[in-house]
Amino acid sequence: MKLSQLEPGQAGVIKEFTDLEMSVKLMEMGCLPGEPIVVERIAPFGDPMAITVSGYQLSLRKREASTIILHR
Amino acid sequence: MNGELKVALVGNPNTGKSTLFNVLTGLNQKTGNFPGVTVDKKTGFCKLPDSRSAKIIDLPGTYSLYPKSQDESIVFQVLADKTNPVHPDLVIFIADASNLKRNLLLYTQVADLKIPVIIALNMMDLADKGGIEISINELSSKLGVPVVPVSARRQQGIDALKQAVAFAGRIPLQQDTIEVEALAPGLISHIGRELQIDQPYTALQFAHQHETLKFLSQEQSDRIEELEQQYSFHSSKAQASETIARYNYINDVLFDTVKVKPKNGSETLSNRIDKVLTHKVGGFLIFFAILFVIFQAIFAWSEYPMGMIENLFVWLSDMFRSTLPAGVLTDLLVDGVLAGLSGVLVFIPQIAILFAFISILEDTGYMARVTFMMDKIMRKVGLNGKSVVPIIGGLACAVPSIMSTRNIENWKDRMITIMVTPLVSCSARLPIYTLLISLVVPDEKVWGFINMQGLALMAMYVLSIVSAIVVAWIMKGIIRSRERGYFIMELPVYRMPRWNTVLLNMYEKVKTFVLEAGKIIVAISIVLWVMASYGPGNRFEQIEAQYRSPQYTQKYSPEELDRMVSSARLENSYAGVLGKTIEPVIKPLGYDWKIGISLITSFAAREVFVGTMATIYSVEGDDSHMDTVREKMRSARDPKTGLPVFTTAVAFSLMIFYAFAMQCMSTVAVVYRETKSWKWPTIQVAYMTAMAYFAALLVYQLLK
Repeated sequence: MKLSQLEPGQAGVIKEFTDLEMSVKLMEMGCLPGEPIVVERIAPFGDPMAITVSGYQLSLRKREASTIILHR
Repeated sequence: MNGELKVALVGNPNTGKSTLFNVLTGLNQKTGNFPGVTVDKKTGFCKLPDSRSAKIIDLPGTYSLYPKSQDESIVFQVLADKTNPVHPDLVIFIADASNLKRNLLLYTQVADLKIPVIIALNMMDLADKGGIEISINELSSKLGVPVVPVSARRQQGIDALKQAVAFAGRIPLQQDTIEVEALAPGLISHIGRELQIDQPYTALQFAHQHETLKFLSQEQSDRIEELEQQYSFHSSKAQASETIARYNYINDVLFDTVKVKPKNGSETLSNRIDKVLTHKVGGFLIFFAILFVIFQAIFAWSEYPMGMIENLFVWLSDMFRSTLPAGVLTDLLVDGVLAGLSGVLVFIPQIAILFAFISILEDTGYMARVTFMMDKIMRKVGLNGKSVVPIIGGLACAVPSIMSTRNIENWKDRMITIMVTPLVSCSARLPIYTLLISLVVPDEKVWGFINMQGLALMAMYVLSIVSAIVVAWIMKGIIRSRERGYFIMELPVYRMPRWNTVLLNMYEKVKTFVLEAGKIIVAISIVLWVMASYGPGNRFEQIEAQYRSPQYTQKYSPEELDRMVSSARLENSYAGVLGKTIEPVIKPLGYDWKIGISLITSFAAREVFVGTMATIYSVEGDDSHMDTVREKMRSARDPKTGLPVFTTAVAFSLMIFYAFAMQCMSTVAVVYRETKSWKWPTIQVAYMTAMAYFAALLVYQLLK
């Protein structure tokens, strides 16, 4: 399942990416395969979302989140 | 001094790098530009325990050596180019202990450039709170470099860090991190051979970045391109495998140096604050409440210091008038320079308050939340969540704000942000607004606590932001996009603002404003004074002759005559002639030729309007008593009708004109520099001037 499909409070572990270019940017920000992710909140207008990953909070748009595939 | 030690600060954003820089250098720092690019370069000096002094260079914060913006690309350019004047002998890598894994990614990249490194481990207290236990010695021996725990905020561990800098040798001690050659077999050693690069990782970075590296010649860059074809090098793929390899190495290092205790389940404070501040309804209410407080404060807190500055200038003018011999030079000094300067310097308190608030919002981490909340709406109108920072920064000054758009990765989003940022009410408009508002809006309170003048000011600001959004939305349909945008941003933990940083920031911004604006204003005031005091041909003699004739001297008192003479002289001076020339064009907006002169002079910078008004009315007025600009403008009367010049309609028409008009040379220059073409600044000046003219016309005709 994709990260963009999670609701606030739900968690998952990163499995892989569907977009090579985006994956490089995400990995630099600590989103790595095997890393657990928790969705903290979603912005007032439904996008972007804030997640906790490798010990800090990151915000990203749903479109970017949809390139992250999770184990569940 | 040649033998001095050069130390660069490198690290992720939000790790306390700037705080550490301030602690190390104190007030002993200066801001400049990196050669060839317009990225702020902060350098300073630091006394070492062995009484040597080290030059500290603060490099822009970045998550990796692969740049996503012009600012970030500076980091590799400085670290890789040995001929760069600030190429460091030593790097202090500042890492956030609570987020070590992500921070170490950049460390491993920097380490592979083989410059000696010291790690300053900041935010140990946060790590402690998060249940993270780091064995410093273990970490240090695994990486091969000194690791010094510090707290930049509490100024702890700074002596140990300085000690480590003093002891550091010129030979890099760090352990190798990953097998670099394996990432692009053959290519790396080939580039290394041809360009004589001794470090394989530097060669690899050249392969990735050769198109943007300023210190490579065209031939070198073309040659690298050729070699890439030959070895079929794929940049994104190589970058992905490099990042994975680096994290594997980091995981190995961290495996037995960092222990994370399971959390006790309680939510962090930052998270609880976020629940309130980014709430669907509450979040926006709080945001507008904060803006409301800022504008109320700008008026309420500045009243007393502004009065003091005004009085100081009145006193100075009086003193010069009474002590200096009467003559042209004294006139120039008092009516030209002093009048022009006082009109602007009086606004220092208001500008300082505005900058202080903006600085606090940034420093606490709140600005990042505003970006997060606004992204969706901003995207609807063709902007980006990150456009919020330049737009809010535009409240202070468009010039640094337009420079800060470099953080917006998407070209189209960035262009639109640049195009609309000057619409946002900057601090240079503040003097104009406050002056005109105080003339026509009563200083009364509604419901006992809302100041009418503050409300009028806030309305001007809201209007400016609304217009920026509308224009952005129109441009979204016009500008063609080339690439897809993305938005990946760290939300830093909330913190108390660091008051020294806020003060330092405020001081620097006010200083820049006074120096930059002051230069233009003094120059323009002098030119203006000359233009207003002399006229073409012998018109002045004719005026004197006319008013001294018995026909007038019998009818009017000497004082009335003096006033009539000065006003006739001004009308026939060079400035008067110029104002009269454009009068037909601005008449429909409600402006007379005196305001016309101000419109022309303030093309260089908006705040010159106030100075010009002051100069014009000083030249015209009699010298016997010195008034503030406000009083002079309030008593200004139309010579034909005898009615006040500054009616509500004229004042609002003027405010609207300045709200939209691109009256700022510095902004034109910075837009040219940032977009690298005259096309964008030209479009910008044209559309803004047209908008200003027609909006002012509309307002005047409606209110008249």
